[in-house]
Amino acid sequence: MSTLLRNLRELRRYPSAILGLTIIGLLIVLSIYAVIAIPYSEAIRLWRGGPGVWDELPRNASPAWFDLFTGKSLSRTIVVDSRTEGARTREPLGDGNVRVRLSLPLDFPYDTFPTEMSLFSVATYETKRTKLTASWVKPDGTRVPLASDRGIRSSDTYYISLDNQLRDRLPQMAAPEVALFGDVDASSPKGEWKTRPGKYELVLEADMPEAYTFESKLVVYGSVYGIAGTDNQRRDITVALLWGAPLALLFGLLAALGANTATFVLAGVGTWFGGFMDSAFQRLTQLTLLLPLLPILIMVGQLYGRSIWLILAVVILLNVFSGAYLTYRAMFLQAKEAPYIEAARAYGARHRRMIFRYLLPRIVPVLLPTFVLVVPQFVFLEASLAVLGLGDPILPTWGKLIYDARAADALYKGYYYWVLEPAILLMVTGFGFALVGFALDRIFNPRLRTM
Amino acid sequence: MKSLLAVGRYLIVRTLMVGITLVVGCYLIVIIMNMGGKLDDVRRAEIRSNVASAIFLDPANRGIPANALKEMVDELAELEYGRLGLDRPFFPWRSLEYLFTALSLKLGIAEQLSSDTGSRSVARILSERLPATLVLFGTSNLLLFFLAIQFALFLSRRYGSLVDRTMVGLAPLSSAPGWFYGIFLILIFAAVLRVLPWGGLVQVPPPDSAPAYALSLLEHMILPVLAITIGALFANVYRWRTFFLIYSSEDYVELAKAKGLSARGIQRRYIMRPTLPTIITSLMLILIGTWQGQIILETVFNWPGLGRQYLAAVNLNDTPVILGTLVIYGYLLAGTLLLLEFIYALVDPRVRVGGGKV
Repeated sequence: MSTLLRNLRELRRYPSAILGLTIIGLLIVLSIYAVIAIPYSEAIRLWRGGPGVWDELPRNASPAWFDLFTGKSLSRTIVVDSRTEGARTREPLGDGNVRVRLSLPLDFPYDTFPTEMSLFSVATYETKRTKLTASWVKPDGTRVPLASDRGIRSSDTYYISLDNQLRDRLPQMAAPEVALFGDVDASSPKGEWKTRPGKYELVLEADMPEAYTFESKLVVYGSVYGIAGTDNQRRDITVALLWGAPLALLFGLLAALGANTATFVLAGVGTWFGGFMDSAFQRLTQLTLLLPLLPILIMVGQLYGRSIWLILAVVILLNVFSGAYLTYRAMFLQAKEAPYIEAARAYGARHRRMIFRYLLPRIVPVLLPTFVLVVPQFVFLEASLAVLGLGDPILPTWGKLIYDARAADALYKGYYYWVLEPAILLMVTGFGFALVGFALDRIFNPRLRTM
Repeated sequence: MKSLLAVGRYLIVRTLMVGITLVVGCYLIVIIMNMGGKLDDVRRAEIRSNVASAIFLDPANRGIPANALKEMVDELAELEYGRLGLDRPFFPWRSLEYLFTALSLKLGIAEQLSSDTGSRSVARILSERLPATLVLFGTSNLLLFFLAIQFALFLSRRYGSLVDRTMVGLAPLSSAPGWFYGIFLILIFAAVLRVLPWGGLVQVPPPDSAPAYALSLLEHMILPVLAITIGALFANVYRWRTFFLIYSSEDYVELAKAKGLSARGIQRRYIMRPTLPTIITSLMLILIGTWQGQIILETVFNWPGLGRQYLAAVNLNDTPVILGTLVIYGYLLAGTLLLLEFIYALVDPRVRVGGGKV
């Protein structure tokens, strides 16, 4: 055991191993942070999405730090809620009704246009519809009428960007979020649009009985969001990036631990007893080599269930008699001939004692590099299944991000961040374990391993 | 003559072993695929409900009491089970039947999928896809093998040089599989630079003339072949280089050097020769690895091969196609293993002298 520790201490002499250990350490910190910051049930709720969860986030927004590379200030999402901001007046109309006028001011300092505009209104008004009139005031004071006499119920969403009647009235029939936040660039020959930074205002008017209230929330969706951006369902990719870390580590480590330990112990037992057991195990190894792992996992995912734990169990089961069995067997055969084993045999030690006290511990140092080196294989196996659409249905993982991105043609549409972020994290994870594994490999008897 | 006999005996034993393994593996797959016979229950229930709705909805049957109708349903359903062979228990009869039809490559009729020419025969469906898979994986595995050997030899000659250290430093790159690099390659060459196709076998519509077709195929093969190669090259170069290094420090190599033999001659006769069996074993593992990764690679590159067909079949629960694909996989894999065993027998002197077990 002390040799093991001494050898481990030797890792410090390898800069690559230190880099690898740092990466693994950071991933563990990230995982712990993810689990604490977003509890399991919350992560699942957020990733499932649905109405009300991600309403205020832009669709397909790039990460906010893209600013640094474009040299422009890219538009952020602006939310103006009448409950907290803006001015309101209630003007009696004389017939028991009142005209509520809300003014929602917003400051727009960006160089790129918003991607969408929506108005979410709530009126405590049950029996009849109320009529809503909206108009837009630009920084220079020009007024653009938006909807007039729009009938609304108790809750209403006015998708300003999708208002085709409005679009028809705008210059060049430009998209509302463009025409409302900019002007046609006079210096450009093609008549391109340019944003006009400044203070804008949305003025809403609704007539309703005295006792009722009306509140409204304007969301001007930006083109960038957060650290990681959003996907086509407005979900914050950060959630999946964060939660992908503990899931990938857990899957990789458990699968590697389960499969490797089982292989190791069985190889020890098999070689110790030899004869029938040994040859049976060797046949099983050949069988496993011939069994196509991924196709079987796909079949299991389709027929039995896609829970990550079920897949983990099958992965371990199918990897028990893997190629590593043959490597361990070769080593145990050598170790079995060692003089101290013979000595133990001579004083009549029991089989169990021989295997677990004398034979296995001797090879444990060799187990370590193999164990570390197979972790990335399992991490990528889980990602592969997810990319094929057979990932766990509820958990946000890195592989599922890539699957979603591929399904939405993210690369074709130029949303590179959506693919690159999970891919880079996967790669860094694999790289970290591989760096440590290769260094361990060099420390623990390179000659024995490569034979 | 004696050595030939030894090689022959070795090969026969190995063929039998691989054959038995193939049969057992196929049987396991049949059981998993039918969920241990549970899928038969599902199909029986499906047939019964179809028969029942046909009988209960038939206007001609109006006025017949419900009990009599139920009996009719039972009778017709039994007939239907008998027609499809569902009346016999799954263990052992139906499972064995599945196994034998599969192994004799009588793949039967697909339930959902059809071939591009409209045929429902599983053999047709699969034989349409097989060439695409073979051309891609044959090319990339050969390329990978020769590149890795050449690089490994080259590096073992220049041990400790900058190239050597760089390659060793790059070895961890192989921890990611080929499809993963495929995504990066598509991003760079198809999405950003727009110089190579996104995926697929040939351009659409397919070119008419054979040379143009071949050229288009080559263009579409660049990225997938590159992806497979990057995914597996570095680790193998690293492993084989270390291996060559160990062998080049043997005493007889020193002696050969002292005798003044050329570096190439030493390499061929004293380093390559003894390491060949091990190299072949690791080639076997590479081949198995790339077969495993093939489904996802074909999905990423939209390559119309067996792997994508398999995924489609699994998604549609098309049992005959699933079984057919897996059996073909099994045969291909077993065939590769046997081929390698054969080469192994030729290059490993221990087999020729009929000495110890390998």
